[in-house]
Amino acid sequence: MDGLNIPLNHVLLVSSLLFVIGLLGLMIRRNIIFILMSLEVMLNAAALAFVGAGAHWGQPDGQVVFMLILTVAAAEVAVGLGLVLQIQRRFKTLDMDHANRMGG
Amino acid sequence: MLEITLFYTAATVALIATVMAMTRANAIHALIYLIVSLLAIAVIFFLIGAPFAAALEIVIYAGAIMVLFVFVIMMLNLGDKGDRQEREWLQLKVWAGPAVLAIVLFIELLYVISTAEGPVSTTSVSAKEVGLSLFGPYVLAVEIASMLLLAGLVGSFHLGRRYLERDSFDVENSAARREAE
Repeated sequence: MDGLNIPLNHVLLVSSLLFVIGLLGLMIRRNIIFILMSLEVMLNAAALAFVGAGAHWGQPDGQVVFMLILTVAAAEVAVGLGLVLQIQRRFKTLDMDHANRMGG
Repeated sequence: MLEITLFYTAATVALIATVMAMTRANAIHALIYLIVSLLAIAVIFFLIGAPFAAALEIVIYAGAIMVLFVFVIMMLNLGDKGDRQEREWLQLKVWAGPAVLAIVLFIELLYVISTAEGPVSTTSVSAKEVGLSLFGPYVLAVEIASMLLLAGLVGSFHLGRRYLERDSFDVENSAARREAE
């Protein structure tokens, strides 16, 4: 059943473009806050792909997975921002290149 | 046909806002663009027939998670020259970009709610179906997600607690307490 007037290909195209932008941001930025934002963008792009596919076949599973992705994103960002505070406290900077050693 | 136009507008807004967010030097400016990007994706969800996902996207992503980012940036207090930075942030060029993109989304919203039958009359997956699915076949996933949230809560509490302990306002007091121990 195709309940979608918008072609699924276009939704997936937007989703993959967003994912690539997030991946590029992840690779070019050094600031840990921007790295976390890029991760949010990438998770969001994946969620868009799931919801688009779920809407294409008229099934609720896409939105169920969207909700699980939302949970993962919330937990990830809470722990990640806790790490941001710790890194700022220890290294006095948000540059990830300063945090390249374990056991520090 | 019209729906396609709305979809492309929202998709363009989302892509532009995301690119701008990734290329800003200032974290708060990037955050504003990111919020616009999330709103645009919520519009896309709405158009492809997932209104519940659209509402959750706005409430949780653009609301809760972004507020978390704002709080942490505020706690870090990166700009020690606060007043000067505040004046810079109030310039037109800082908020004009996100404002224009948000206005595009707002016009879309006005258009959608002004047309009675609207372009959103596609068969959509309602919140009821999603809820039945969540607490039917996916109930184990919901339980695991709740465990994940608990782990996230404990982890972030642990990471944030030591930060508060060492950099609290009564540094001497806590140092004296450590010596006493």
